[in-house]
Amino acid sequence: MLALLVFLPLAAFLAILLGVPARLTAVGVSAFNLVLGVSAAGTWHCSCWSFSLPVLEKPALHLAFGFPDGMSVIMVLLTVIVTLAAVLSGTAPAGREKLYFGSSLLISGGALGAFAATDLFFFYAFHELALIPTFLMIGMLGRGDRRAAAWKITIYLGLGSIVLLAGLVWLANLTGTYDMGKMVLVRTHTIDPAAQKGIAALLLVGFGTLVSLFPFHSWAAPAYASAPAPVAMLHAGVLKKFGLYGLLRLAIPLVPHGLQAWLTPLLILLLGNVLWVGFVTISQKRLDGMLGNSSVMHMGYIFLAIAALIAFPANPLAQPAAIVLMFAHGVSIALLFGLADRIERSTGTLDLSDMGGLAKSAPKLAFLFGIAAMAAIGLPGLANFAGEILVFLAAFWSYNGQAGLGPVQIACIFSLWGVVISAVYMLRAYRNIFQGRSVKTTESAADLTLSEQIPQGPSVKTTESAADLTLAEQIPALLLVLALVAVGLYPNLLLNLLK
Amino acid sequence: MPAYYLEALTITLGLILLLAEAFVPAKSKAWVGVAAALGLAVILGLTGIAIGPAAKPAAAWAQWPLWNFYQFDALARFYKIFALVCTLLVVLMSVDYRKILARFTDHTESEDGTGEYYALPVFACAGMMFLASAKDLAGAFVALELVTITFYILVAYMRRNVGSLEAGVKYLILGALSTGFLVYGIAWVYGTTGTMSLPEISNLKLQTTNPTPLLFGVALVMVGLGFKIGAVPMQIWIPDVYQGAPTPTTAFLSVGSKAAGFILMIRFLEPFIFNEITRSPVLNLLLILSVATLLFGNLAAIPQTNFKRLLAYSSIAHAGFLLLALACGKNESADSLGSAQVVSFYLATYLIMTLGVFFVLAQVRIQRDGEAITDFNGLGKTNPLLALALTVLLAALAGVPLTAGFLGKFFVFALAVDAHLWMGVGIAFIAAAAGFYYYLNVVRAMWWAAPGDLPPVTLPIISKACVAVLSVATLVLGIWPQPILALLK
Repeated sequence: MLALLVFLPLAAFLAILLGVPARLTAVGVSAFNLVLGVSAAGTWHCSCWSFSLPVLEKPALHLAFGFPDGMSVIMVLLTVIVTLAAVLSGTAPAGREKLYFGSSLLISGGALGAFAATDLFFFYAFHELALIPTFLMIGMLGRGDRRAAAWKITIYLGLGSIVLLAGLVWLANLTGTYDMGKMVLVRTHTIDPAAQKGIAALLLVGFGTLVSLFPFHSWAAPAYASAPAPVAMLHAGVLKKFGLYGLLRLAIPLVPHGLQAWLTPLLILLLGNVLWVGFVTISQKRLDGMLGNSSVMHMGYIFLAIAALIAFPANPLAQPAAIVLMFAHGVSIALLFGLADRIERSTGTLDLSDMGGLAKSAPKLAFLFGIAAMAAIGLPGLANFAGEILVFLAAFWSYNGQAGLGPVQIACIFSLWGVVISAVYMLRAYRNIFQGRSVKTTESAADLTLSEQIPQGPSVKTTESAADLTLAEQIPALLLVLALVAVGLYPNLLLNLLK
Repeated sequence: MPAYYLEALTITLGLILLLAEAFVPAKSKAWVGVAAALGLAVILGLTGIAIGPAAKPAAAWAQWPLWNFYQFDALARFYKIFALVCTLLVVLMSVDYRKILARFTDHTESEDGTGEYYALPVFACAGMMFLASAKDLAGAFVALELVTITFYILVAYMRRNVGSLEAGVKYLILGALSTGFLVYGIAWVYGTTGTMSLPEISNLKLQTTNPTPLLFGVALVMVGLGFKIGAVPMQIWIPDVYQGAPTPTTAFLSVGSKAAGFILMIRFLEPFIFNEITRSPVLNLLLILSVATLLFGNLAAIPQTNFKRLLAYSSIAHAGFLLLALACGKNESADSLGSAQVVSFYLATYLIMTLGVFFVLAQVRIQRDGEAITDFNGLGKTNPLLALALTVLLAALAGVPLTAGFLGKFFVFALAVDAHLWMGVGIAFIAAAAGFYYYLNVVRAMWWAAPGDLPPVTLPIISKACVAVLSVATLVLGIWPQPILALLK
């Protein structure tokens, strides 16, 4: 059944290439996958989901999918939710529908394959499959300086993938198998410490580049800023989580001692994500750049959860914390990118200083964006809060007052400032866009009546109906909001899956 | 059917084509190519029923002394099929390339001088097929020269084109030099072992306290073969010759000639790799060659602006990966492939990807009158499907997962990690990263650059079919490599 989930988007991609109506197919397949994904979450223990097809005898490789634990289920769930929202909220440029919707499906299929694969080879391969359309879409349909951004992300992620591949091949060689389930059964102390340290370094840099770990993050913000909406939603929301998922799935169980050797550098780098990139985010002048950087910044928290797991392997909170936050961030950043695209279409700009007062003409848009912004800050009641609070608790797990603060706790205290930083840039962006005077339509109070009747440019919308979300546009946003609220109010929805 | 019939039939086919070509009117010379392709396809079918003496020891032919020079095992069958498929595709490519051939041969307007161009690759093919079965250094040398001499003509075929002539002269001089090294090396090996037969060499107990003269001979042979496969430091001819030669010849050189060099290398080195005294120096030499080749090929490919020249450097780069697999010196075992299988698999995927790219390149050369990367600008807009196919092929060359090219590289990496060749693995990863950059550079030109006033490319029917088959095969073999691996069993 999981094979169906993975191959349906890929088959739909081929069908779209051959001329089936693009948007309709994409929406249909994504909706079907959502149903399939949600039902998988309910029944994932059933062996009926697994699938295995021998591909190679020497070395033994299988095209195999399955749910080894709840972590895969949650990632698959995240993928199907964001995919449906992405194909529903994007508007393809005229004549490029095939490319636009086909690539979105390809990214989704690749991500699903990577999260559901139980064979190391296909785990890696499906992720790469998803990257190629990402590069092409940014280069072809992106905004602004799209070619430079696309080339940068291609080079960075290409290099990151190769470093990662080196680590994975080494790991497979030492464990003697490509089956990730069997791999984890290998007693970790049989891998000698020097090799563990080397593999851990390769995996941290490889996966880290894919997740935009500081200082390998500089591809992310320009790429997201110029990516078409569904690509930004799918990559920032879903595909980027592959690196974190890989660290949790492979690095933590297999090379724990190796990772411990790199704990301090990791803590310093993740503070780079939270604080350095946080300040960079505050200084952004455009909404897309701000969202791109904020997505890099929030990766720092998830790395903090991973660091807590490395430092205290028995920590029961750290893994759920990382996963809940991955889910929450994926949904909230997808919502933000989707709405930012919508804002650009209604105002013709994403420059924060060019906007203002949009809440008057577009109250629904303002409300939904507000929820997404609050989620990103970590307001209680929304999913991100559940994730972030778990991360901070995990960092202080087994804290002993007499022994003083350990490195993880110190990093956690610094990271807490990240919440303040997010509040600063998110609230400022919200105020600039939705509150205050309608800057675009009015240069001064005297011109107000005049300009309401005479639009100043083709991009300026003055009528309320055109600016606010239509019902069709609300559906994807409401879907994502629903996920945020549901997990925020009742995090056990996800935590029960992890038991 | 005894296996040597295959070579005999191929030679006969070549001779018939050459004779018939003299009587075919100028405007229908392309039919010579079609006939060559058909003939090769028939011989390709016959490889399925070819057998060696072990299968039928009682037959009269199985007693012939020929079998002292000639063997037929799975590897031999594989490389015979390889040579036939490669030649078949090159001949088909030549048929679609005849307009350019005609322009630079006898009469610029007529196809009068193009006929032999379809017959010559058939002879080279026979040479490659014999090499696959070579068991004796003298026989191997003769077969290799048949290949090389045919290539002298093929490279310089466009005699009214300065580039082609220059390439021909360079190839001739350096080829002759490498032949010298090869013969000299064979002489040393013969001098120290007293035999030319490879099985006899491996049976000899090399108990000499001083293996230096033998190793000197081996090293000389490897220099000679390094020329064929494009290994540093014998790679200097490659960029200029590849760029100047007619595109189908370039394709043939980069796939066929390289594979011929590798099969001979596998056969020749086997006795020395699996001998305790010579194993470590030979493997070290291979590793050094491999690292140098990987570094040179990949780093020098980065600044290239001419696509054909880029493919020349890429061909050097791939030779580096292949040498790394050989440097592991591993026999097939229960849970992993041996060096020879990995090299063969890699070459098979390389054939598919490279020839696919050359088919497109040949047509772009004809219709857009250029071979620079900028001549591929905007192909994604003018020919989306063609651009998609070329993207798949280039991604495979770069080693993107789920394509055949990735599996090849993956096997090499797995083998090298297993053999603990850490330096080789490290350099190979750097090389693969560089490859990512320069292949995707072309993809970038196709999809992100505007076509300007470049016309759309219309593929002739043969090229269209071949590109479609090869790019689909690249994807299928990336997920399901069994068909090739089954041939290697």
